[in-house]
Amino acid sequence: QEPQASGLPEYIKIVEVGPRDGLQNEKVIVPTDIKIELINQLSKTGLPAIEVTSFVSSKWVPQMADHKEVMKGIERHPGVQYPVLTPNLQGFHSAIAAGATEVSVFGAASESFSKMNINCSIEESIERFEEVTKSARNMNIPVRGYVSCALGCPYEGNVVPDKVAEVSKRLYSMGCYEISLGDTIGVGTPGSMKKMLEAVMKEIPLSALAVHCHDTYGQALANILTAMQMGVAVVDSSVAGLGGCPYAKGATGNVATEDVIYMLNGLGINTGVNLCAVMEAGNFICTALNKKTNSKVAQASFSTGTV
Amino acid sequence: ASGAYPKRVKVVEVGPRDGLQNEKNLVPTPVKINLINMLSETGLQVIEATSFVSPKWVPQMADHTEVLQGIKKSPGISYPVLTPNLRGFQAAVAAGAKEVSIFGAASELFTQKNINCSIEESLGRFEEVMRAAREASIPVRGYVSCVLGCPYEGKIPAAKVAEVSKKMYSMGCYEISLGDTIGVGTPGSMREMLAAVMKEVPVGALAVHCHDTYGQALANILLALQMGVSVVDASVAGLGGCPYAQGASGNVATEDLVYMLHGLGIHTGVDLQKLMDTGTFICNALNRKTNSKVSQASCRL
Repeated sequence: QEPQASGLPEYIKIVEVGPRDGLQNEKVIVPTDIKIELINQLSKTGLPAIEVTSFVSSKWVPQMADHKEVMKGIERHPGVQYPVLTPNLQGFHSAIAAGATEVSVFGAASESFSKMNINCSIEESIERFEEVTKSARNMNIPVRGYVSCALGCPYEGNVVPDKVAEVSKRLYSMGCYEISLGDTIGVGTPGSMKKMLEAVMKEIPLSALAVHCHDTYGQALANILTAMQMGVAVVDSSVAGLGGCPYAKGATGNVATEDVIYMLNGLGINTGVNLCAVMEAGNFICTALNKKTNSKVAQASFSTGTV
Repeated sequence: ASGAYPKRVKVVEVGPRDGLQNEKNLVPTPVKINLINMLSETGLQVIEATSFVSPKWVPQMADHTEVLQGIKKSPGISYPVLTPNLRGFQAAVAAGAKEVSIFGAASELFTQKNINCSIEESLGRFEEVMRAAREASIPVRGYVSCVLGCPYEGKIPAAKVAEVSKKMYSMGCYEISLGDTIGVGTPGSMREMLAAVMKEVPVGALAVHCHDTYGQALANILLALQMGVSVVDASVAGLGGCPYAQGASGNVATEDLVYMLHGLGIHTGVDLQKLMDTGTFICNALNRKTNSKVSQASCRL
């Protein structure tokens, strides 16, 4: 590790979304025991947060149909959070019954995306989430809020930074402890990332912000660097870069956790995560999925035999 | 520090040379010529055309004379060629070259393994080229390899990079392209290296040549831009693997670079669509998939 480069956070919390966001966007349905093994391996890498599954109707997301079994089947390591997605109150209750101790809700900065994705307007979705956060508050369950399409929408194109700020503020005000700003289709660049964060930072404290960058246009690490230079200290990523882009056939989706950690290590930023262990978990899931990794660090490391 | 970015960035296209040189399949001369001609239509101002090196060492570049003589040379576009020594330089000039490049390295072991001599000896060879180039009024671009790491030596001290860069600049190279040859660099090591080099060479004479082997290229380039660098090398479709990591990628893709620069409001003069079309052409000809993510994605915005 190098001495910490000035102007950047000393510590970055990595939120691993591979088992949920990653697998959800993989074509092959992954058997429950493989999912559980993946999460168990990730639990041993030092990752502080691993998004486990989604309590959504299996009609909509067949990949996540085994949410209860996965939630109940995984090892729970002390010091590791295991959030799950809960799109509504019903999902929330189901998650709690299955042992969840943290949940996430998913808003969007685009009306069209909200309608196409969850069949309702942004306002209606906010109302649904308020039911969740109210129940969660009563039970002392932390809630993380996501804002999709923060840097662009597959339907609307450009998304106005003030809109992202507005939706973020609604989620934060209703009790979400952290807002993860998602570049859902990966179209953002350091230019649009900076503008969007400037607008959001007027409404939300920096310490409550996270970035969730997709690498569909290869911009993710540059965007994450920009966010960190502005003080953001929470970054979402997916082991092996699991998860394609549902809006661009054949294109990549999530940024690979290995590639993010490689960059952070090089910057002297502490993450608590063991890169080799993540690469091994990535190797495991890629073998199980019979696919090549999307992580360049993994590709290069396995080729040069430095793993 | 996220300071102001340059308003303009010069993109140096190295696909036809650095890219193709590291592709397994031998590319027929007409395909190379067509590639360069298509690139000439994209707005790129500098296109590295070929290498006047012995075909014994680099079979892919055996047709250097035919390529340089066969391409359509657009006015306002520079077509530099690699010249490892005086003989290569003379052959290049005879074939019509108006600009040449020489390749040094910041690592002794790499120099030994790559061109069979020490750094000092290689600089001696370059002196001959510089002298001849000066007499012929031919501009020379200097490359320094392994600036952020070496496949044999590992870490490379920033001071060593600064020393070699200074020597090449003092010799008369108008520009020094700093190459992360195996792509191991991160924004941290990029910053440290540039800070050292910028003490010896003015930032206006610096370029970065980042490989994307570890996915770090665009982040490294972003850092370099923040430090005032305004010349960036890239390869259409991300052509060129890494000879030190089998199956791994090499050069950063020009399309992905241009996408980022335009998103930052930086002027490049490059038409991204035409560039993507060129990438599609060469990938079809090579029967391979593109390494450019921008090209792969079909989202419309």
